[in-house]
Amino acid sequence: MQAAIQVDDFHAYPDAQGRFGNFGGVFMPETLMPPLQELTAAYHQLREDPGFIAEFERDLKHYVGRPSPIYHAERLSRETGGAQILLKREDLNHTGAHKINNTIGQALVARRMGKRRIIAETGAGQHGVATATVCARFGLQCVVYMGAVDIERQKINVYRMKLLGAEVVPVVSGSQTLKDALNEAMRDWVTNVADTFYIIGTVAGPHPYPMMVRDFNAVVGREARAQMLAQFGRLPHVLTACVGGGSNAIGLFHAFLNDPEVAIVGAEAAGEGMASGRHAASLSAGRPGVLHGNRTYVLCDDHGQIIETHSISAGLDYPGVGPEHAFLKDSGRASYVGVTDEEAMSAFHLLARTEGILAALESSHAVAQAIKLAREMPKDQLILCNLSGRGDKDVHTIAAREGIAL
Amino acid sequence: MSARIEKRFAELRARQRKGLIPFITAGDPLPDATVAIMHALVDEGADLIELGVPYSDPVADGPTIQHSSERAIARGVGIEKILGWVREFRERDAQTPIVLMGYLNPLEIYGYRRFASEARDAGVDGVLLVDLPVEESATIAELREAGLSQVFLVAPTTTEQRLAAIREQAQGFIYYVSFAGITGADQLDPVAVRQRVELIKQGSDIPVAVGFGVRDAASAVAVAERADAVVIGSALVAQIAKSTDSEAALAAVGGFLAPIRTALDSKSGPERRAAL
Repeated sequence: MQAAIQVDDFHAYPDAQGRFGNFGGVFMPETLMPPLQELTAAYHQLREDPGFIAEFERDLKHYVGRPSPIYHAERLSRETGGAQILLKREDLNHTGAHKINNTIGQALVARRMGKRRIIAETGAGQHGVATATVCARFGLQCVVYMGAVDIERQKINVYRMKLLGAEVVPVVSGSQTLKDALNEAMRDWVTNVADTFYIIGTVAGPHPYPMMVRDFNAVVGREARAQMLAQFGRLPHVLTACVGGGSNAIGLFHAFLNDPEVAIVGAEAAGEGMASGRHAASLSAGRPGVLHGNRTYVLCDDHGQIIETHSISAGLDYPGVGPEHAFLKDSGRASYVGVTDEEAMSAFHLLARTEGILAALESSHAVAQAIKLAREMPKDQLILCNLSGRGDKDVHTIAAREGIAL
Repeated sequence: MSARIEKRFAELRARQRKGLIPFITAGDPLPDATVAIMHALVDEGADLIELGVPYSDPVADGPTIQHSSERAIARGVGIEKILGWVREFRERDAQTPIVLMGYLNPLEIYGYRRFASEARDAGVDGVLLVDLPVEESATIAELREAGLSQVFLVAPTTTEQRLAAIREQAQGFIYYVSFAGITGADQLDPVAVRQRVELIKQGSDIPVAVGFGVRDAASAVAVAERADAVVIGSALVAQIAKSTDSEAALAAVGGFLAPIRTALDSKSGPERRAAL
């Protein structure tokens, strides 16, 4: 393990090569290098283009319904008996999760680049739904790759995508989950590179995706920072969010990275427990490697083969993580801890009964972490937790786990 | 840079012979048969061998090589075993160059320094890492320092600017990916391939091998017109995969490779020179 890196400005990353310290980069087959460079050039222009920014912000306001509120979960906080838990309500966005922030942004980029065919991968189906949604709105062809295992556990989202006019392609290779859906989407892209735009759903993949997806989700943290100052007159003591690939987490964290007084904790999926080996905690239990186009922490064996992961939540079931999180971990700016399936389930129920909110199983990991943190903190301190998605899609999974047939 | 690869292409040019480069996944279908299969490949006319290092997430590969990799991984095939097979192969064959082809993560985890010295000592001549573009080639500086050639891919999408950078860094030969797609797909366009190979060769002496989508004698001959060598992967892997024992695997190699060798040779040599 290397010593913590000294970082003066966290907003200066990535560098021109797409690197966050030792992580990130572009590790891709040659066929995709020219389109990636074309995308990088186009995106660098667009992110400074006032017309593009205005178009994006208009859609976030009128189509997504932003800003999303910060809600003080008073009954949950009282029940927990410690610090005050505040929820950034990304679950209230159109389509029910933070994912739409990114898909709107990338669909606008695709349109500006003249690409009419969109492909995406999805785990829980939230990114797939968010992609299908923007494709319907912009009149773009949409193909979503989804692991066969995930299709089985996320039937409602599969049907939602079809209702929105997308083609959902089951992926039966490998572990048949998110990583394999990503592999298959890349194979599609390498084959149809001339007319196809790949909307990656998380802050992973080759540069410029980790930067671009972060930028589009960073609205979450920018809003939250201003809302904290307006509603509470101060920044939170701690931020927490769930981390699979890490898009909702980086979205919340980014605006606060240069506020050293704000502690940052990411909640990874510890599945059946870290000791069981059946988890998806790449940062807590993985090692630096190269997966899906970037260097980051990965879960792999001694031969470098990527390991099949486990989480009750399909959206966290990924053996890598965005390179910026790897950088935040090694620099000491953020810490990452595991939350088990059981803990996430308990948090789901507690939030439902105390606040009347059904959280996504992914987000329930963040709520569980917020509860753990709150218990160790005084009542006058504030924890801001990203409630990244709503739980309607998970009702079947939860019922099945509890032996209830719907 | 590997002397063995340079020498081999110099010999091919001197003999006006088209190079034949078979790809097999190390350890598939039977780990014990790999070395025997490598010798059989040479006996049937292979000029260089691409030995696939299996990886769990091969994003540029079609189903044939994906499944082949999965089978090898299930049998515990990793770099250590593969280097052992190369060492064993070298006991009887000191001439045929061997290029390990695969993805970066198995090497990253093995450790580049350790891999560089062990691979060189085992008799490996070069590496072709599908997800290591020219921009990131410093990643394997230790391999180059140890004398292993870095073979680069060029694709139909590669711009002239990138091509110049690749030519600058390429060692041994350039592997031209004949179409934008995954290995084993059926999208070959010989005319387009010929034009691209000519472009790659402009102002450069480096040999060019063409791969992806070459499946039989006819397609091999079609893409070999301007290229120095052809690579045959998925179609061969599919043949070997049907074998249940070593003998059957060796027979499959012979039956598959021999007609391709014959067809390539009929298009090479003085006859071909006269035609030009």
